[in-house]
Amino acid sequence: MEFAELIKTPRVDGVILHRPFMPTVEGTLCLTGHHLILSSRQDNTEELWLLHSNIDCIEKRFLGSQGRIIVKCKDLRVIQLDIPGMEECLNIASSIEALSTLDILSLMYPFFYRPMFEVLEDGWNSFLPQNAFKDLETMTDEWRLSEVNKDFSVCASYPPLVAVPKGVDDDTLRKVATFRHGGRFPVLSYYHKKNGMVMMRAGQPLAGTNGRRCKEDEKLINATLRPGKRGYIIDTRAANVAQQAKARGGGFESEANYPQWRRISKAIERSNILQESLIKLVEALNDQSHNMDRWLSKLEASNWLTHVKEILTTACLAAQCIDREGASVLVHGTEGTDSTLQVTSLAQIILDPACRTIRGFQGLVEREWLQAGHPFHQRCAQSAFSNSKPRQEAPVFLLFLDCVWQIVRQFPCSFEFSDSFLVLVFEHAYASQFGTFLGNGTAERVKLSLPQKTVSLWSWVNRPQELQRLTNPLYEANSLVIWPSVAPQSLLLWEGKQQGGGGEVTTHERGPKMRARSVGPTH
Amino acid sequence: HEHLFSDDNKSTNGTLYLTATHLIFVESGSNNSTSTAQEIWILHHHIASVEKLSLTTTGCPLVIQCRNFRVVHFVVQRERDCHDIYSSLLRLLRPVSYEELYAFSYNPKQSDQQRDEGWQLIDLGAEFERMGVPCDQWQLTNVNRDYKVCETYPRDLYVPITASKPIIVGSSKFRSKGRFPVLTYFYQEKKAAVCRCSQPLSGFSARCLEDESMLQAISKANHNSQFVYVMDTRPKLNALANRAAGKGYENEDNYSNIRFQFVGIENIHVMRTSLQKLLEVIGSRSVSMSDHLVGLESSGWLRHIKAVIDAAIFLSKAVTVEGASVLVHCSDGWDRTSQVCSLGALLMDPYYRTIKGFMVLIEKDWISFGHKFADRCDQLDGDPKEVSPIFTQFLECVWQLTEQFPQAFEFSDWFLLQIHEHVHSCQYGNFLGNNQRQREDLRLRERTHSLWAYLMSEKQMYSNPFYSAAYSESHPVLEPSTLPYHFKFWRNMYHQFDRSMHPRQSVLKTVLTLRENSREAESTLQALQDRLHQLGATPVVTSDPAPPTRDQRSNTLPPRPDSLILGAAINDKEVQRQANERQQQLQEEEEEEEVGQEAVESTDTERTVEGSSGTESRKQSYGELEGTYNSELAKEEPAVVSLEFGVARMTC
Repeated sequence: MEFAELIKTPRVDGVILHRPFMPTVEGTLCLTGHHLILSSRQDNTEELWLLHSNIDCIEKRFLGSQGRIIVKCKDLRVIQLDIPGMEECLNIASSIEALSTLDILSLMYPFFYRPMFEVLEDGWNSFLPQNAFKDLETMTDEWRLSEVNKDFSVCASYPPLVAVPKGVDDDTLRKVATFRHGGRFPVLSYYHKKNGMVMMRAGQPLAGTNGRRCKEDEKLINATLRPGKRGYIIDTRAANVAQQAKARGGGFESEANYPQWRRISKAIERSNILQESLIKLVEALNDQSHNMDRWLSKLEASNWLTHVKEILTTACLAAQCIDREGASVLVHGTEGTDSTLQVTSLAQIILDPACRTIRGFQGLVEREWLQAGHPFHQRCAQSAFSNSKPRQEAPVFLLFLDCVWQIVRQFPCSFEFSDSFLVLVFEHAYASQFGTFLGNGTAERVKLSLPQKTVSLWSWVNRPQELQRLTNPLYEANSLVIWPSVAPQSLLLWEGKQQGGGGEVTTHERGPKMRARSVGPTH
Repeated sequence: HEHLFSDDNKSTNGTLYLTATHLIFVESGSNNSTSTAQEIWILHHHIASVEKLSLTTTGCPLVIQCRNFRVVHFVVQRERDCHDIYSSLLRLLRPVSYEELYAFSYNPKQSDQQRDEGWQLIDLGAEFERMGVPCDQWQLTNVNRDYKVCETYPRDLYVPITASKPIIVGSSKFRSKGRFPVLTYFYQEKKAAVCRCSQPLSGFSARCLEDESMLQAISKANHNSQFVYVMDTRPKLNALANRAAGKGYENEDNYSNIRFQFVGIENIHVMRTSLQKLLEVIGSRSVSMSDHLVGLESSGWLRHIKAVIDAAIFLSKAVTVEGASVLVHCSDGWDRTSQVCSLGALLMDPYYRTIKGFMVLIEKDWISFGHKFADRCDQLDGDPKEVSPIFTQFLECVWQLTEQFPQAFEFSDWFLLQIHEHVHSCQYGNFLGNNQRQREDLRLRERTHSLWAYLMSEKQMYSNPFYSAAYSESHPVLEPSTLPYHFKFWRNMYHQFDRSMHPRQSVLKTVLTLRENSREAESTLQALQDRLHQLGATPVVTSDPAPPTRDQRSNTLPPRPDSLILGAAINDKEVQRQANERQQQLQEEEEEEEVGQEAVESTDTERTVEGSSGTESRKQSYGELEGTYNSELAKEEPAVVSLEFGVARMTC
């Protein structure tokens, strides 16, 4: 397919760009296969380069012969283009619509993007499971790296290598996989060096209404317990939701079969509810009535901060079990690819100082999100503005970043990265020139040959000039566990991301994302 | 008697002392000999209410709510003791004459000369000169030299040169409480004036030619604009209701060249109720996010804050953009009018955003123009309906602006909190009484000390490290956003003493410490270079001293006092000595009560700050793990933190 077929009018002069809190720019609008570009054609002025894949929805309006396109982006920014000429405007709009909804992975920009910087370290190789395991081996010899999933046949959403208890062989793993949702048998997520306790994650057990049991499953997770010690199973679903799951073949670990484990139910909402929450939140933020009561009631109705609080609370609970109770923990929800990952990754931020560095955080995102099989492509296909019917979209990862931001706010000197690093990761999860967040799991990434055909976001980030920009100047390594407050008064709205500030104006030569966003009238 | 109660995770055991000025709780240092025993000092003037709850198995609970939003729960072992404390406090909390207030006994050991210098720090005459007044259009009038025209105004007033004495006197008779239109801020660039007054006694149809001439004179004094804005800061309904009482608002038909505008800020009663609701919402433990937001909305507090800021923005735009003069009033012109005039000036003039300038602003628009601090802050036992958090609201509005413009203010919110603390402490003379005349009658300048001098001596502590004078130069006029989500709940004010809610590390404190250390390092460098020079050697490096390393920072403890808010003003021993002296004088009547008890610090957990010991409260909020908790384990993590942000420790 040729992009050119979709581009009816490649160029329009005299287009005016409006962005909130920033001066307007007049220039030439160009459409390419992957970008919408607005350039004032003057030296030293910034240009707008917007990836079509970043466009969530557009609105057209006509004022006489003048057309206006309002572009709403997945990263929550809103810009406005005034285009002279009705026909041009219609052509541009229909091209943008077609190009921004192309859902063919192999046509995405990362496959066409060639880096204009020197790759010092290939980010695709920076966080391989075997390297992470080497670190684990320095602390304990109770775990082994299993290749049972090397061809993705046991679990489609797991990577080829996973860490499991040493005493459990691959045949057992295969059996356990049949008992867990999506084949996601319990694997190691985190080893707490201080007391040797572990956090594992999995899919729900397929107990069903008959209360099916699987001895191998019991054996596997019991293998992680110290003699005479009990463990905790944190189910990220409300008790009634877990109960209802039985009717569809899922369920939870019964007390009778897992006497050494105590089950705790927490209520983290499922994808569709989170998506609805984001839509309501962004709508509230874009409300122009300037009315305080209306804002507060819309904020409340969106439930966004309730979700933040619930996720953080559950993560704190998991961390507390490990660090304070000295118990091992198994976390799961239904599939084990959404709320489970929110909890396991946040618990590590709380417990493990290494995750609070720039590189450590990248490693965390790799391990607990990308390799752990969070379906980024499905979840991030649409954002808060899209008019299309939501399919499996949900701001699961965004909520995780929001929770991290909350902890950063409470421990502003304990994180090596600044707010802008979190915003950057958020933006690239939704639209990027890099291949890192493409696809739904390792299997898909291997099939698409992403490491060979695209550049990794980490290759770009881990260069001195970028690192410098993303570093928190007040950082001082804090080796302690950091317990955030989850009181409503302690949780704030993350404005950095949600403000929907200016458009993305970049000088393309210098770097792909030289942001010129103004956050409110502050600066 | 020393108390003794078995250790409970959430409480501290100690002894309660009642002095003539303070309620003091001293933790018994039995279990924790290494760390100094914690002390809590509560000034009687800070106590808003004392409540004795019904007897429990552990003792008799006493709940004390303070005006600085501290809430303390004590449990006194014996009911009789509890009752004694309770009734003594009730007596102490209701001073009937100004002489009973702390300011008259507070003695920071200064010479009379130092005291005078302190009072002379802020000079409003000089302030008007700074604005460019008197000038060819505005002059100082002596009509109120002896408080004859208006007794709630200051002696020195500035009016248009064309406003003759008969006009002034006539106008004052037509204005509530005689508060006729006078100048409060002059915007030199456009020669536009901000004037203030009270509502006209217009009723349904009354007119006053002198008052009309007065407004005409204000209009004529500004050649840049054809008209004067008259901002009535009340909701229209309130103003209409006032007409029935012979008061009301200006009729545009009677005044030439005015543009009349209501801005809808609610009255003191609405504000008082609103704050009460807010405190109820945030005071209840473990509420859900939803309840919190619904409560925040229904309290209306942020709506009121926004209304005040909206009005200030209107004022600032009218003056700086349109170059028009503005006359601001409400009913009596000492509450909403003070809020709007002072905030408007703060937006227009970078000087008021400095530490000294902010003191001047408060001195001018609040103290000298007769905001009724005594009534509003309940200094003496008076009418509870007169109490209202108008000044607190003003401080909060300023804080909201500092959040939006982090570089524009020379001071941090510690400064605002400290001022708030002392508006209620009655420790300094500045805020005593309702107006200047009353202050003169009380001879406050001879008998009490000035807060401004004290704050100035500690200026370093209140400075905002992000302040940029260059920013102020390039942004003389601030244009705040009025989008609702820019208005936040001021945790550092309303949860000042509830450390568990606060960030565990403070950016402000860290940056201040770094700055202090680099200053020290630079002076060391300088000293060493001088020494080298003396020794006849040529310095090797003359330029670009290396920045201090992180290590230095962790080695040296910054000279940041532990006590930022309350303790700051009080020299601990000093006070205790005074208190003791005072007590001896008072003899049996106020005999020292030394009662054993247990303090259940459910909302005032001093220890929470020590990082992980916050788990006690946290444990509850994370929920579910009701199992046993090893308290030793909980204490093992020494400090995740060094937090001090806006949290006062009472000891010095």
